[in-house]
Amino acid sequence: MVTEKEVEHIAGLADLGINKDELAEFTHQFNAILDYFDVLDQVQGDTAITHELTNVMREDVIEPSLPQEDVLRNAPAKEDGFIKGPRVM
Amino acid sequence: MAGEIRFEPADRFNAFLTICKTAPHGDGKLAGIPVAVKDNISTAGIETTCASKILKGYIPPYDAHAVTLLKNAGAAIAGKTNMDEFGMGTTTENSAFGPTLNPCDPSRVPGGSSGGSAAAVASGMVRMALGTDTGGSIRCPAAFCGIVGLKPTYGRVSRYGLIAYANSLEQIGPMAKTVSDVSLLMQVIAGYDRHDSTSRDKPFTHTPSADIKGKKVGIPAEYFGEGVDPAVAASVHTAVSKLEELGATTVPCSIPSMKYALAAYYVTCTCEASSNLARFDGVRYGPAPDTKKSWHDAYQEVRREGFGTEVRRRIMLGTFALSSGYYGKYYAKAQIARENVRNDFARLFKEVDVIAGPTMPTVAFKLGEKSDPLSMYLADILTVPANLAGIPAISVPCGIAGGMPVGLQIMGRPFEDETVIDVAYAYEQAVI
Repeated sequence: MVTEKEVEHIAGLADLGINKDELAEFTHQFNAILDYFDVLDQVQGDTAITHELTNVMREDVIEPSLPQEDVLRNAPAKEDGFIKGPRVM
Repeated sequence: MAGEIRFEPADRFNAFLTICKTAPHGDGKLAGIPVAVKDNISTAGIETTCASKILKGYIPPYDAHAVTLLKNAGAAIAGKTNMDEFGMGTTTENSAFGPTLNPCDPSRVPGGSSGGSAAAVASGMVRMALGTDTGGSIRCPAAFCGIVGLKPTYGRVSRYGLIAYANSLEQIGPMAKTVSDVSLLMQVIAGYDRHDSTSRDKPFTHTPSADIKGKKVGIPAEYFGEGVDPAVAASVHTAVSKLEELGATTVPCSIPSMKYALAAYYVTCTCEASSNLARFDGVRYGPAPDTKKSWHDAYQEVRREGFGTEVRRRIMLGTFALSSGYYGKYYAKAQIARENVRNDFARLFKEVDVIAGPTMPTVAFKLGEKSDPLSMYLADILTVPANLAGIPAISVPCGIAGGMPVGLQIMGRPFEDETVIDVAYAYEQAVI
């Protein structure tokens, strides 16, 4: 069983934010879904998925990148040709 | 001759999020044909939102490779279609911009997540459309709206410019009213692209053939078992008999790994989503974060307001399943289950050429009918195996149950999209 406190913690880890009044329902649904996932306990075998492709390599070729103007066009906050983010400290 | 088309349909079903009233086109095999593009596929200069508030106003600076190929073939990009937010859903009700309605019965959902593309085709607004399929998102709405939709073999169509949700599972694919048009669109979009590291050099040059004499068709018991509406199963059995009349042989078979395929799918896709959707924080695109706040606080505000409930639920599930102490129980087990699904298909495809069953266990639900997330997830049980295994799968209409269309699903060997198209074509031509 996952508790409301754990769901709140996970929402924090994922930078999602969660309102107190959403917690009960999210927790209830979470537990129903995780109960269903328990069927995976029955899985036999030890080989995880294999891929046919390995090491897709190529030469490092310099190509034009997007113009700065195009890159910044969708950014909601910018300053002096840079993207502006929230403070880190 | 290159030119432009006027595209001003009355969109009674909320199929489109953006309509391009004047759409330029070039020359080529799709010259002047209006093609609708699902709103999680990047289109330079045309708003692309994934039906999410968090991308409202986002104008991609570049085209997805599949869109470049459409333009090179002369197609006119008619608009961007509605979908479940970021592809997460089975009904198109999880759109931040309102649900799409099913043109066959507007009180019902069109299926999802490519519900807008399916409704645009089914209602005749466009001849063809691109969808994307992560766990059935092309085949489900094709079945519910009575059209044809192909999930190509993983790697056959470039994912460059597809806004990722669960990148190890998803493919862009064609949707249209006829198998011929699906095949024509597949000719245009398939092929190698160096911008997608999982792209394979397998162009599609096939023209559908209705000759299926001698083809062996596997009929897995699990596709007709518990939870499958008997009326849907009956329609599909009738369709399978038609394939026998056309010279195919049917072989009863079993896919034992089906019992944990759905759990393996949902663990995998939510884990991938938790990583892929970490980029949406409002810094490079999206709603502005409060830059005076600390970054965790600022991002949490943007993501709480910007993501819908189902998206937040899946990000949380994935974050949980990947967290310390749970990784072995969920993600690692899901990958073993996924390999078991692949092995089941590989074993069957030594004996049969294709596997057939219903696309969906029921016909289209009523709008608002399914409100519990787990019961919604269970509706994907017949479509997710093809995504886990990376194999091609098509849905082709096969009659009516309770007044609504039923889809016949045909799955094939990896990179034998041609074969599933031929079997679907043979069936379609026989019942027209």
